[in-house]
Amino acid sequence: MTHATLERGINALREQIDAPVAAFFNSCVNCGICAEACLFYTESGNPVYTPIHKLEPMRRLWEQEYTLVGRIRKMLGLSKAITDEELREWEELVYDGCSLCGRCSMVCPVGNDITYMLRKMREGMAASGNAPEGLIGATTRAVKLGSPMGVKVVALQAQAKHVKNDTGLEIPFDKEGADYMVLLSSMEIINYPEYLAAIARILDQAGKSWTVSTEAFEATNAGIQIGVSDIARELVSRVVAAAEKLKVKTIVSPECGHAYTAIRWEGPNLIGRPFAFKVRHIVEVLDELRKEGLLKTEGLEEDHLTFHDPCQLVRRGGVVDQPRNLLKMVSQNFSEMEDCGQMNWCCGAGGGVSANERADELRSKAFLRKKSQLDKLNVDTIVTACANCRIQLEEGLEEHEMEIPVVGLTEMIADHLVVKEQSEGGT
Amino acid sequence: MTSAEFLMFARGPMIQVAGFVFALGLLVRLVEILMLGRSENLAEKRGSGFQGGLRTIISRFFPADQNTFKRSAVTVVAGYVFHVGLFFIIFFLTPHIALFKHLVGFSWPALSTPIIDFLTVLALIAMVVLLWRRLTHPLLKFLSTGEDFIAWTVTFLPLLTGYMSYHHLLLPYNWLLGFHIASVALFLVVFPFTKLMHTFTFFLARWYIGSMAGEKGVRQ
Ligand code: SF4
Ligand code: SF4
Repeated sequence: MTHATLERGINALREQIDAPVAAFFNSCVNCGICAEACLFYTESGNPVYTPIHKLEPMRRLWEQEYTLVGRIRKMLGLSKAITDEELREWEELVYDGCSLCGRCSMVCPVGNDITYMLRKMREGMAASGNAPEGLIGATTRAVKLGSPMGVKVVALQAQAKHVKNDTGLEIPFDKEGADYMVLLSSMEIINYPEYLAAIARILDQAGKSWTVSTEAFEATNAGIQIGVSDIARELVSRVVAAAEKLKVKTIVSPECGHAYTAIRWEGPNLIGRPFAFKVRHIVEVLDELRKEGLLKTEGLEEDHLTFHDPCQLVRRGGVVDQPRNLLKMVSQNFSEMEDCGQMNWCCGAGGGVSANERADELRSKAFLRKKSQLDKLNVDTIVTACANCRIQLEEGLEEHEMEIPVVGLTEMIADHLVVKEQSEGGT
Repeated sequence: MTSAEFLMFARGPMIQVAGFVFALGLLVRLVEILMLGRSENLAEKRGSGFQGGLRTIISRFFPADQNTFKRSAVTVVAGYVFHVGLFFIIFFLTPHIALFKHLVGFSWPALSTPIIDFLTVLALIAMVVLLWRRLTHPLLKFLSTGEDFIAWTVTFLPLLTGYMSYHHLLLPYNWLLGFHIASVALFLVVFPFTKLMHTFTFFLARWYIGSMAGEKGVRQ
């Protein structure tokens, strides 16, 4: 990010243009349907937030350099080159006004994967020096300190001590040959330490061996959010190195949607080779344990519940049924939100939006979509499987004085675990 | 030039040149896309990219999501009417089939002319609705470029002149048919250089998005 220039930005964009991108740009008919699926447009009513419009500089570059017609037009001076000024203007659209939620890609009639292109567009933005301060800060901390929020391993070890006090369970750090290597997001370590305790109890009951690496415990990947593949690669490599060193079978991505996309789908492509281990989201792991009969719960939640699907799980990850299977085990009064599952609306904070203070106002506007979904339901508790969604939901609900607690699915399951005989006292 | 000479010219050299430009242009554009290639996905797959690609080619013919459909109902419905109409008009009108037979050597059953006539009226109305939306709806006004209007015009003209020739409106038949063929020539020449290309590239786009989603186990 240091020597960012327009030229570097354009080069980075060039590298991103592949056959799918060309097919997508070729196919767009400016019908505007993608806008109607994007919460930044629906909630603001401002057409600049039309998903495909957020890609305009990249589209022109493609046209000018990768099509015969475009090259001729450029020679005749009929299309203008990308300028720094233009990219600066687009920064707000590409970062503040997009959570990479993937809804636009689901509805485009010609089949354009706009989200795929927006992820690519950010490479050019970052390389040209047009990325938000907040994200640059998070990325720098991730590289230097190993966590976008600056959480150090001592903070994690302190949490582990609390878990030990509360549950009597040891957090197994750096254990070789474990079944699972559990990753965490800084957000969880700081805001939701219950998650770590929940994992410890569930995996203990299931009799699985697991570990947390002190060298690579952070799951989120700021390099992907900001769009710097070199950094993204470096961050993934740390996790891969730790997993290979500890010879684990499966890496468990935490309750965080973008972290899952980063390690599960982008990871191997970033480092340029397939992983020797598996990557699963915690919700997938829990559902597998359920299927194997290793997840034993008792009692049902009395509250009226709903589930907020994290975008990256449903639309970019194909994890739709698993959380519902799990919720069935512990709930009796469950209602789905309108548009739930694959088309669930984004909370408004993903894709780096929450790390970018400048976007705060827009982010809280985008939350209105979630609010209107919730207003129709009248639930007592919202369950989700992403710490980032959870914070956004909590903040948004507070802003609108709606008193609905938000709970992580893993914790909810842990709360219902059948208490093992030898452990002291029931919950 | 007499009307007969004009017709001769239109159905002769004019359409031939247009057809040649169309075919060559189409080829260049498709090669331009495919030449770029794409990198192999190294992540452990959860489903079949092949199946996903095929599925999405079909499934995107139908609106994926109720809410988005409601929000864009006019565009979707008018878009459907016009595309479906156009498809049947191009491929199932008796004289068109005769032309295709001449080009490819075989033919297929035609739809009765009154049906095609009705579809043409519907398609014309739908296109006017879409144009009106482009000119008035704030979102579409914002997005629309000159190219959108060029594409609209060169698609609308063959429909209109075709309809007029069939009903012998305003001008002598020879002139009308000549104009109809000339407007098709214009359409063919403009086609490879504009977003009319989506007629072919949407298969590719859907294939790409569908296969990427399929490999992740995302149903589309
Ligand atoms: S929905 Fe697809 S075709 Fe329509 S404007 Fe958006 S990207 Fe273009
Ligand atoms: S990915 Fe989501 S937020 Fe981004 S443009 Fe598409 S619909 Fe809007």
